[in-house]
Amino acid sequence: MKPLKTALKSFIVGASLFAALTAANAAMAATEIHWWHAFTGRLGDLLAEQVENFNRSQSDYVVVGSNKGNYSETLNAGIAAFRAGEQPHILMVFEVGTATMMAAKGAVEPVHQIMANSGARFDPDAYLAPVKGYYTTPAGEMLSLPYNSSTPVLYVNEDALRDAGIDPAIDLSTWEKFGAVLDRLKAAGHQCPLTTAWQSWVHLENFSAWHNVPFATEQNGFTGLNTRLAFNGPAQVAHIDAMGRWAREGKFIYAGRRNEGGANFRAGECAFFTESSAGYAGVKKEAQFDFAIRPLPYWASVAGAPRNTIIGGSSLWVMSGHSADEYRGVGEFMSFLSTAPVQAKWHQDTGYLPITLAAYDQTKREGFYDKNPGTDIAIIQMTGKAPSGNSKGLRLGNFDQIRALIDEELEAVWSGDKTAQAALDNAVKRGNNLLRRFESANR
Amino acid sequence: MKQRVIFSGKLLPYALLAPQLLVTAVFFFYPAAQALYQSAFVADPFGLKSLFVGLENFRFLFSDPYYLESFRTTLVFSALVTFFSMGFALWLAVLADRLIHGDSAYRSLLIWPYAIAPAVAGVVWMFMFRPGVGVVSWYFEQAGYRWNYVLNAGEAMALVVAASAWKQVSYNFLFFLAGLQAIPKSLIEAAAIDGARFWRRFFTIVFPLLSPTTFFLLVVNVIYAFFDTFGVIHTITSGGPQQATTTLVYKVYADGFVGQDIGSSAAQSVVLLLLVGVLTIVQFRYIEKKVHY
Repeated sequence: MKPLKTALKSFIVGASLFAALTAANAAMAATEIHWWHAFTGRLGDLLAEQVENFNRSQSDYVVVGSNKGNYSETLNAGIAAFRAGEQPHILMVFEVGTATMMAAKGAVEPVHQIMANSGARFDPDAYLAPVKGYYTTPAGEMLSLPYNSSTPVLYVNEDALRDAGIDPAIDLSTWEKFGAVLDRLKAAGHQCPLTTAWQSWVHLENFSAWHNVPFATEQNGFTGLNTRLAFNGPAQVAHIDAMGRWAREGKFIYAGRRNEGGANFRAGECAFFTESSAGYAGVKKEAQFDFAIRPLPYWASVAGAPRNTIIGGSSLWVMSGHSADEYRGVGEFMSFLSTAPVQAKWHQDTGYLPITLAAYDQTKREGFYDKNPGTDIAIIQMTGKAPSGNSKGLRLGNFDQIRALIDEELEAVWSGDKTAQAALDNAVKRGNNLLRRFESANR
Repeated sequence: MKQRVIFSGKLLPYALLAPQLLVTAVFFFYPAAQALYQSAFVADPFGLKSLFVGLENFRFLFSDPYYLESFRTTLVFSALVTFFSMGFALWLAVLADRLIHGDSAYRSLLIWPYAIAPAVAGVVWMFMFRPGVGVVSWYFEQAGYRWNYVLNAGEAMALVVAASAWKQVSYNFLFFLAGLQAIPKSLIEAAAIDGARFWRRFFTIVFPLLSPTTFFLLVVNVIYAFFDTFGVIHTITSGGPQQATTTLVYKVYADGFVGQDIGSSAAQSVVLLLLVGVLTIVQFRYIEKKVHY
């Protein structure tokens, strides 16, 4: 019996080796498209699955995905590779790097042009306007393909509200009402009524769009490099002032510049958490309590609020310097990524927004939102009203550094070192220096 | 036959020096020259356009109060790290030197932390001290102290200093122990017979005889605190809160690597280069005079 088993085994090994070799041969014949991305873990697996499905769906092109670290590291790897003439075809760039990429004419090929030249199916109107708008010129030309996009929402620990004797269904639509609930939680002895992730993104960038006030002049940088920061207006100052007061009273617990607060919320320590809609999967997996998703609150006292929130996440940029045939492959791949089944799956698996209307409709038809209440809040919040000049997105150079200095100034407010007005004035002043530097480097 | 200690030709000495010179040229002079060159330009990250601006990058830097502040931060940080890592190492070395049993076990254990990468050390400390998550912060909480280095500048500085110093203690310990063991026992015994107590022996005999080691470690530790602590700061505080733990090297990273501002980053590197040069000269000219070899 044993020899037979061994023979069978070696036959199987041999056959699979042969299959692998022929597959490798086929892969060699096809044109390789290199895609550098920033995803690891579960997101990396889902991305690899998309790549694999594309490669299996046709035989002319083989997409090769490589992880190059986090968002910043991936952008840097792409830049360094471009300088050395070794750039990939597709580079994943986070939304903060958008202005940097847009200014790099000669290093990138606009996506609308790639799609037109490749002949792949491409309908710019199929994409969700607020998602697409972030990566589109004022003339409506798409420069990079939106990949993963999310928007901030309010996560609620309903058990914490119940423990404090508050009805979990209580109205939290405005910050005024929200503040009253914070008071009640504090009075009931709650240790962490509110925490947040990505403070600048949620409480200044999205806050400004949501209240239809400018974050920066020139339509937040969309219409010119001569943009100046404007987030020290009365609406923003009033909000940061309120948050600072809550921080000093122990109602808002600051956990860090990134999404450190997530651990506290998922562990059940905090009652409210403002975080990206893409945090949904993590909360759902770990939370041992009833939770709900609500739209981000707004100040009823600000006229014109709420408008719409804006996105965060990344888009795919096509790097220059490759052959027409390779760009055809890029076009095919981007067309594949935009199809409704691919997008619907991505949206449902990750909590990121679907980038096309068709994917949204499909998800709705499949009953996903009924089974997972709250998962459509983000998309409703983004698409409820047409974006204004203040709520299309942000397009600011050196924005990673500007965010860092906003973090610093906000920390000064939370710790009570500075008033909201002084901190935001200073952030605007420091940020404007960086904007002028970017302007002079890209004139 | 007399042994010659001088080479006759010129070729051989140059040939023997060549590998070292080559390494220095490739890994030091070339990058330093590049930094100097790029510090005179404002360029876009892709290298598509670059604009000669002369000293504008330096003017931009020195008109920035936050840059000047990071000088102070660096000095405070480096002084604290050097003092604590050397002081603690010396204390441990003196204790280990007096051990009779199991001294090799103690020594091995004390040397372990040196094998840990700075980033890993940073993460370990961060997990212990993170408010709401960390073990140590839980004890602080129990003791009634609301520890929050995320917002408190002093606590953040204390934490990065502790983590950085802890990582360097092993290295310093090793050198101090070797230095202690090289001190002739007869000297110490003679002093003991004369009635000198431990502390008196330590300050009048041991410490002066250790001075070459101490001086060497001072140079090494200052350079460590300046350059190698990046990983610890990055993982624990990312330079915050506000800019309380943004050292000069961290700022080079933040502006160059994250911010893509290569001109400013290069200018900062040049400033650092000059600073370390000056520091080394000061150390060798003034402090070394007090060292007895």
